[in-house]
Amino acid sequence: MKRGVPLIITFVVGTVLIFSVFIPPMENLGENFTLFFDIIAVFAFFLGGGNLLRVHLTKLTRRKRDWEYSIVTIVGFFFMLACGLFKIGNPGDISASLTAEGSWFQTIYDNVFVPLGSTMYALLAFFVASASYRAFRAKNREATILLIAAFIILLGRTPLGTFVTGWIPDSFSVLQIPNLAIWIMNSPNLAGQRAIMIGIGLGVVSMSLRLILGIERTYLGGEDK
Amino acid sequence: MEHFALWLAAFLTLGIISFLYKDNAWYKLTEAIFVGLSAGYWFVTLFWDNFYGKFWIGKGEHAYLYVGAFLGLLMLLRLIPKIGWISRWPLSFIVGATSGLWLINYFSSNIMKQVQATIFPLFSSQYGAGFDAGAATVIGNLVIFLGTFTGLVYFFFSKEHKGAFGYTAKVGIWVIMITFGASFGYTVMSRMSLFIGRIDFLLSDWLGMIL
Repeated sequence: MKRGVPLIITFVVGTVLIFSVFIPPMENLGENFTLFFDIIAVFAFFLGGGNLLRVHLTKLTRRKRDWEYSIVTIVGFFFMLACGLFKIGNPGDISASLTAEGSWFQTIYDNVFVPLGSTMYALLAFFVASASYRAFRAKNREATILLIAAFIILLGRTPLGTFVTGWIPDSFSVLQIPNLAIWIMNSPNLAGQRAIMIGIGLGVVSMSLRLILGIERTYLGGEDK
Repeated sequence: MEHFALWLAAFLTLGIISFLYKDNAWYKLTEAIFVGLSAGYWFVTLFWDNFYGKFWIGKGEHAYLYVGAFLGLLMLLRLIPKIGWISRWPLSFIVGATSGLWLINYFSSNIMKQVQATIFPLFSSQYGAGFDAGAATVIGNLVIFLGTFTGLVYFFFSKEHKGAFGYTAKVGIWVIMITFGASFGYTVMSRMSLFIGRIDFLLSDWLGMIL
């Protein structure tokens, strides 16, 4: 019951969806099932939000290191929830758009969430720079190829690339760094991407078969749980 | 209110950037705000878009959506240890449905269509009345075909990479390295443009130094 039923569900649902592609009246079954996913995701988020609260409340009550910041996280979470669920400051009733101009939810999104998110990602520029210092040491042939490709792409997307190779006559325009960058993106890069994509595709197909046939069972967790 | 929002955005932006100096209280504060607001933001968005929008409003037209809600409720049984194992049912539904959908979709999009798009004719009416492609097109097509083929040979680990097979795999790893280099260059550029955007916000919107 604990492991048999889930395996049967996986097999039946997976098989039905595969066959539905070949049976015209059932063509839309996949789309309908993805709607279920969206609804299940909401309930799953109850667990996710609950877990976030549990972790931070534990930290708070046990006065663990940096527990003060847990208060900020919890307050931020509930504040955003209240603003969004009750549509505080919305210029209409509860049925008005969540992102209406002047709503607290949208104001926080524009002035807190977006600046924080984009700065967090922008910070990665510095970590990528330090990673590139390590990667860009041409220790062997493969690293040298990576270095040259990355260097051409970087230069090709900046005015410096045009400035450095702008003197090359049009008959050899492919040697101009911006054009070379485009060629690398459209030919060897595309080939490598395609090899990776085909590899991923084969991997997904084989893993899907393993899951549907019940060979792969790790998603069910431990035996006794 | 507008001024307050601007100063708040600048305060938070500088808080995140302060991490470049070292892990400090200002950064930890902004990080904690970000974590709390993110969780709240996604919960609210999922609730209104997926639950209210699809399930609540459309419940009359699409009764089958109750199945999704029922499976979602089963998911919550994880909170009751004695019957927590029932939460595996919606999980196995998702795993089964995803496997069924992906098996067909990936086979079509990632394998069949990619193979089809890799093998180009060198002489074809699609290149014009002369039935011939220019040198650049032919070279480009050959690079794509040979690059994909050698890349796939590199990923084939069921045979030892020795002899002619090994040399082909060697060319494959070079192609993969070019791909990684190009992706790396692109990532650096995108992060840099984000950073320039934040600096632009601080200097022009906040401080008004750039007009």
